[in-house]
Order: sequence, then structure tokens, then C-alpha cells
Amino acid sequence: MARMHTIRRARLGWAAAFLGLAGCNEKSAENRIRLDGSSTVFPITEAVVEEYARVQPAARITVGVSGTGGGFQKFARREIDLANASRAISASEQRACRRQGYAALTVAYDGLAVVVNPANTWVKSLTVAELKKMWEPAAQHHVLRWNQIRPEWPDAEIHLFGAGVASGTYDYFTKAIVGTAHASRGDYTASEDDNVLVQGIATDRLALGFFGFAYYEANRKALRLVPIDDERAGNGAGPVAPSLATVENKTYAPLSRPLFLYVSGPAARRPAVQAFLRFYLAQAPRLAREVGYFPLPAAEVGQQQTLLADFVARSQQVKTIALAAPPAP
Amino acid sequence: MKRPHERLIEALLALSAGLTVLTTAGIIWILAVETWHFFRQVPLGDFLTDTQWTPLFAEKHFGIWPLVAGTLLTTAVAVAVALPLGLTIAVYFTEYASARFRQVVQPLLEILASVPTVVYGFFALTVVTPALQAVVPGLAGFSALSAGLVMGIMILPFVSSLSEDALTAVPHRLREASYALGATRLQTAFRVMVPAASSGITVAVILALSRAVGETMIVAIAAGQQPRLTANPLVPIETLTTYIVQVSSGDVAYGTLEYNTIFAAGSTLFVLTLLLNNIGYWFRRRHQQQYA
Repeated sequence: MARMHTIRRARLGWAAAFLGLAGCNEKSAENRIRLDGSSTVFPITEAVVEEYARVQPAARITVGVSGTGGGFQKFARREIDLANASRAISASEQRACRRQGYAALTVAYDGLAVVVNPANTWVKSLTVAELKKMWEPAAQHHVLRWNQIRPEWPDAEIHLFGAGVASGTYDYFTKAIVGTAHASRGDYTASEDDNVLVQGIATDRLALGFFGFAYYEANRKALRLVPIDDERAGNGAGPVAPSLATVENKTYAPLSRPLFLYVSGPAARRPAVQAFLRFYLAQAPRLAREVGYFPLPAAEVGQQQTLLADFVARSQQVKTIALAAPPAP
Repeated sequence: MKRPHERLIEALLALSAGLTVLTTAGIIWILAVETWHFFRQVPLGDFLTDTQWTPLFAEKHFGIWPLVAGTLLTTAVAVAVALPLGLTIAVYFTEYASARFRQVVQPLLEILASVPTVVYGFFALTVVTPALQAVVPGLAGFSALSAGLVMGIMILPFVSSLSEDALTAVPHRLREASYALGATRLQTAFRVMVPAASSGITVAVILALSRAVGETMIVAIAAGQQPRLTANPLVPIETLTTYIVQVSSGDVAYGTLEYNTIFAAGSTLFVLTLLLNNIGYWFRRRHQQQYA
């Protein structure tokens, strides 16, 4: 779903454009790196940029938050050098970016946490099918009580909390659980502000909700994590709770996903961008953990560094190349 | 013949008066245009008869009543708090309290009106809700009850000071006649003064109502974000104002139907407060003529 201009994003975009103009002079042009895209990847990128400013004060890096789709649109128009993305580039976006060429670097993993109130004594785990039953559009005004999910659960209202429809988290959750992105029931507390969700679930015994793992990490005491069973034996038998280990070995499925940083061919030819990306890949594991995501295992970091080096080398030889995006896991 | 600079000043004064009128006209214009866009896509019948409000989701419903119900529910709780308390305070100030006591306490009461509403919101969410949960079983973390109670505190100064004005405006001869007939202070206050000031008190309540209907921060923070057609004050609901905040602080694409829904909600809110203000205005005029 393409989002052209979004209210908040347009504002941020203008701010970024303004900053970009303000910092634009002969000398800084080659040190300028323009970044935009996913709000999920933003915290990691922001942390990297902050640290990079300390070691490389001459660098001028602007980071916008237009969402993954908005970021790719700017990326295709060559308005930015790097795009943050919480999903792999789509087929139509690939076509738009083909001329300039690009590479996708995996920078971290994100997990969605399904949580309940600590006073909830009945939910030990949930299957993907049960989550779907709760969240699919058909559940609207029909699935309202806990015992509709499992008969042995209490005959009490179920209070659902989840990410707002404009967030990538919502797209991702609905795609993974319901099967169609952007399809869910509408009668739940939907907020783009994860703190509202945390507060709602922490104070309501009958609540269940989902949001990015980072917010669970920050509120461990007030929430209880629910292990998820995808009912596929090959993918870790039984219910699996998100953790560093289960996200790394990909058994916490389908609620974990890789986060990407896309670099364009023209940008990869610039030494300033190369230096920044090398720094990014080296620092991302530590900083991802700090901001609440799951770091890439060391072996994968090595792979990404090789991928970057190859892409830089190829960009300098050929003007127009297209590298296929890595297959979505 | 006027001097030129006097004309200039007059023009500037007229301009500043005109500016407020233009601003109002501009707001009404935008509301009307965007609402018209909304109703080109959603029939008015659906808007007024559907009982679900889920315009952002896969299965779209455009019934405004869940939002109106949420708004009226929080407002009703607020008035249920503010009217008895405010009236009692006003009666105490006009009939019982010493001048010294009034001088000290009244400004303190007015401070309630100057507390930022975002502070009230977090007060409701982090102090009032947990305290209520200890007493009221089944109270959710977000509720109309908690938000309404705090909103009642917020509009208390409106109700008490406007009621007090109404009570002070009652001619002395009524009070004196009441005492002369052997009535006690309490009888005089509640059987003579309050009924005599009733239209003024009604104005106070109506103005407080319209303030409560339009209140945004408290309900956005503490009342929940789930449109629900219910009269149960213990569960999360969503008000018209909260919906507008929720959508406009999110990332809804400009010019889409989802975007236009906030103007439909805004127009509904506008009509509600306009009605209330006009009823209040009409009452005030009646009240002013009463003892002329």
C-alpha cells in the first residue's frame, strides 16, 4: 500500500529538507548523507548516527521517518542515499530502483511481543491460529470473551490492545497472523503510542496486546510475555517465547523479522557513505541491543560486511547494476 | 474631518476585529468542505444509524454514535461530580463563609482552572485510576469513570464561580423576606436562593458541559481509544476529541476518506458545542431579564 503524503511524515520531511538545505554548502556536500524510511529501524540508525558524529564530526547525516514505503519512494527518486526498511523491497519498488542499483544490508532483528497482564493466570501460550481467531476482521463484535478462544478459559471479556493502523508493526502483525497485511478487527484499543498500550495492559487483568519487543523489555515487570506456537514442528516444537536465542535461530516465528538498510549504487561510490556504512555494520549489534532489538549474530555481521564490500566494488566498476534483494525469511 | 493617523488606527482596529471573524469563518469553511467530502463517500444514513465506528480498519463502519456516546458518558460523569460539588461550594461562599475565608479559598479554587489539562490527564491515569481500581472491581486501566471524575474537578471552578455569580445576583430582598418568615439559613439557601438563581446555575452547567464535551487531553490520556457504544463507565471508550487526536497524530494519508473522518467527527463536535453554547446564551438572556 503506497502512502504518498502522511500528515506527520510530511512535517518531518519538511524539517529534514530544511535541515538539508541549511547544511548545504560546497564543503559539506560530499560529507552529506541523506537517510529516510522505517520508524522501526529509526532508533538503531539514530543511535549509530549519534555515535558516528563523535568519531566523524564533519559528517552531515539527516535521518527522516517516512515509513518503509515512503522511504523507498524517495530512494527511487534519488532524494536519499540510504533507506531504512522493516521489510524487503517489493517487486514494484524494485522496478523503480533498478536503474541506480542497490544492496540490502541486514542490520538487526525485531521481534513482536504478545503480552498479557501479570494477573492473568490462564494464558500459558497461544497458537498462531488462536491469535488469528482473536484478531481477524471476522472477529469484530463476535469474539469478545476469553472462553471463545479456549473453552476452559474464563467467561470474561477480552480487552485487546495493539499497534495503530499506520504503523509498520500493525502491517507486520496482520500479515504474519491474519495472513493479509492491514486486515484486522477494528474494535480494539489501537494506538501508535506504545506506552499507551503498555499502560493499558499493565492495568487491566483481562487485557492482551502486541507491540515491538523493545517495549516489553522496558516494561518487563508490568507485563507477562506469551510464548507463541506456530504449530510447525520444523520451526521449533511447541510454544516459543521471543528471546535473543529464539530470534537468532529463527524459531520464534512468525513474529520476528529482519530489519534492513538499503544503499543505492551512486551512494556506494562515495567514500563518506562507505565509511559510515562500515561503522554502521560494526556498531549495529551493540546499539541494536541498547535500543531493544535483537543483534545480528557475529557470523551474519561478517556476511553483511562482505556483501557491502562486494557491492561497493561492483558499483565503482559498473554504473548500472541491480542486485536482487535477499529472500524474505 | 479626521486626521489621517486616526483613520489608520481605526483601520487597524477594524482589521484586528475582522481577523477573529475571518479565523472563525475559515475554520467553519474547512470543516464544511472536508465534511462534505466525507459525506460524498459515506451516506448520512450510515453515519447516523450504524452502531460501529471502525473507519481505519478492514471492515469499515462509519456510525458516529460510539464516539458521541463516549463523549456524553465522560461529560455526564464530569457534570455528576462538578454540579453538586460546585453548587455546594457556591452556596457556602455566598450564604455561610466569612469574607476572609472566601478571600483565601476562592483563588485556590480558581487554580484548578489553570492546571494544564495534560497534567490532569496523567493525574487521572496514574493516580485516580489505580486508586479507583482498589475500590471498584472490574475497572479497566482506561475508563470513562476515571477521566470523567478528573474532568469534573477541572470544570468545578466554572460551575462554582458562575453559580456564585448567579446567587449573588439574586436580590437581597428575597433572602431578607425568607429570614423574616423564620426560615433557617439552610432553608433560605436551598429553597429560596438556589431556585431563584436556577437559570443562572443552568447557564453555569451548560457552559461547563460544553467545556467538558470539547475537552481533549484528559480523555485522550485516561479514557481509552476504543470506540464502543456503551453506558458502562468502567471500560475503555473513545471520545470525538480523542479520535481526532489519534488520527491526526498518526500517519493517515492526506485527502483520503480516513483523513476526512476526523472532519466529520470535528463537525459533530462543533454542532454539539454550538448547540450547548446557544442554549446557554438563551438562558442567560432570560436570566438577565428576570429581576430587571
